[in-house]
Amino acid sequence: MKTDLNTNLRAIWGRAYVRVVGANRELSWLFFEVTLPLLAVFAFALIYRGLHAPEQYIGFVVVSGAMVAFWQNILWAMAAQFYWEKEMGNLELYLIAPVSRMAILLGMAVGGLFMTAIRAAAILIIGSWIFGVHYDVGSWLMLLVVFWVTMGALYGLGMLSSSLFMLYGREAWHTANLFQEPVYFISGFYFPVRSLGSGVAMAASLLPLTLGLDAIRQLLFSGGPVNPLLPVRTELVLLVIAMVLFNWAALKALTYMERLGKMTGRLTLKSQ
Amino acid sequence: MNWAIETQNLRRVFRGGTVRRLWRRKSAQNGNGETVALDAVDLQVKPGELFGLLGPNGAGKTTLLKILSTLLLPTSGTATVDGIDVAKDPERVRKRINMVSGGEHSGFGILTVRETIWMFAQFYGVPGRVVRERADRMMDILGLTEFAETKVSKLSTGTRQKMNIIRGFVSAPRILYLDEPTLGLDVAVAREVRSFVRAWVDEHPERSIILTTHYMAEADSLCDRVAIIDRGRVRACDTPANLKRDWAPECVYRIEIPLWTQGGHPLDDLDVVRSADVEHHGDRGRTNLRVILENGDGIGAVTERLSQRGVAALSVSRLEPTLEDAFLNLVGHGLAASEEKGR
Repeated sequence: MKTDLNTNLRAIWGRAYVRVVGANRELSWLFFEVTLPLLAVFAFALIYRGLHAPEQYIGFVVVSGAMVAFWQNILWAMAAQFYWEKEMGNLELYLIAPVSRMAILLGMAVGGLFMTAIRAAAILIIGSWIFGVHYDVGSWLMLLVVFWVTMGALYGLGMLSSSLFMLYGREAWHTANLFQEPVYFISGFYFPVRSLGSGVAMAASLLPLTLGLDAIRQLLFSGGPVNPLLPVRTELVLLVIAMVLFNWAALKALTYMERLGKMTGRLTLKSQ
Repeated sequence: MNWAIETQNLRRVFRGGTVRRLWRRKSAQNGNGETVALDAVDLQVKPGELFGLLGPNGAGKTTLLKILSTLLLPTSGTATVDGIDVAKDPERVRKRINMVSGGEHSGFGILTVRETIWMFAQFYGVPGRVVRERADRMMDILGLTEFAETKVSKLSTGTRQKMNIIRGFVSAPRILYLDEPTLGLDVAVAREVRSFVRAWVDEHPERSIILTTHYMAEADSLCDRVAIIDRGRVRACDTPANLKRDWAPECVYRIEIPLWTQGGHPLDDLDVVRSADVEHHGDRGRTNLRVILENGDGIGAVTERLSQRGVAALSVSRLEPTLEDAFLNLVGHGLAASEEKGR
């Protein structure tokens, strides 16, 4: 048991190392990962300013710009990674190793978190500075709890998605691409999700990002009206439930998909 | 006896879809659109043995390795690794195995050779200090030390494969699968890899290697025992010497004649000739025939036929039987012919 834990911890660090080292050896990512997302943030912020929308809306956009980085990290740098690594031949080496698949995925996520955190921080700092965003944090502790629970739920969802990428490769990749913009839209990345109407907003709450963003916005701008979807505490409870459910489902799905792949022969089939 | 590997009546069938398309022209396909990749495979590999699986592309070698490495489930039958059932307890099997494939592109171009070896060793829980000691020694043997700090993206095919070999060995598995490890390597690198593999098994008599190959000489020179596999079935399994003794025809001749330009060969309608390989050397104005005869008396009929056709036999020599002759006898065609059919 102790040996297994030790091996899994080593696996997490081993897989995370690639990302950390990669980020240091190819610094060009800083330009693409920070500058390009900032353009979208600037565009929405300027529209809101042009429309004389409440200043909080510009703060929403900046915060969302930072949170997009985490969403992209789980979807592209973790879930879809199983597809790329299958093509490279790494996946079968992971699968024959005596480690949990979740340890490998966690390694990808932790390694990716390093780059993502830098990207998110850069967008938050530069965006806030340029547009003079004023934050009024109600509870730092609550903010931290909501953030990390949102991350836990998001990574659970990412691991769940990775089971699809593991088996269906390119097909899953195309599907994920198809859903990217709709997810941005219904999660209320650049506007309060309540604007979509309560029904749509509640349906969108199935994505932890929707609730997480809404709660974080409420906590960051507690001084004035933010048109919230649900009270923060309710959102936190729902996020905790989502975190447990997604992680449990991911564990089951990874086991099921792996077995299905072994039965059909798709697990190591490349170029599909 | 506690076998390192044992399979009993192992069968793997692929049904429909992409997998079928991949396999349909390489393996036996029945009328239901099913492809039988492995059929009633019974094998036993002893601890400490370097065991070869010899067969053409699509024979079922890689399918067998995938089952033994827990990447694929058998359709029926059983396979055990170190006494553990691969289908029932794959987690325990994984602690005992590792695998290296030919033409492998695993790893990350941005990491160095040393980092890549270290990273994969982490998945087996090998401490960093132990990885370094083992990797340094293996890199020294394989002449890879000067590339230790080189990024993987800068490596040549041969150097990269040496790194892959070390990647497989560094976790010190009880059973290692080498799937065509010298595929695409030049002669010198392939020789270094074979020598390394043989030395490792000799140094670690409790560990086993299963090697798949379609290079006859590799199986002959490297393996303690060889299973000849074709279209999912094991045709014979023994030491290379015994396979040659029991299955290779004794009557193999090399006959050199003036360059033959009329197509086929001058013995193609002679009953005593079981098969003949033809090599033309236009630059020397010669054609070499490698002829397998039904029996030793047939050589008289051969020289007589050549004489009738006005072809001078410039030299006639009797050859030692090879593993290829045994393969030909067992399977009914050579590796080259088998691969041609698969295309």
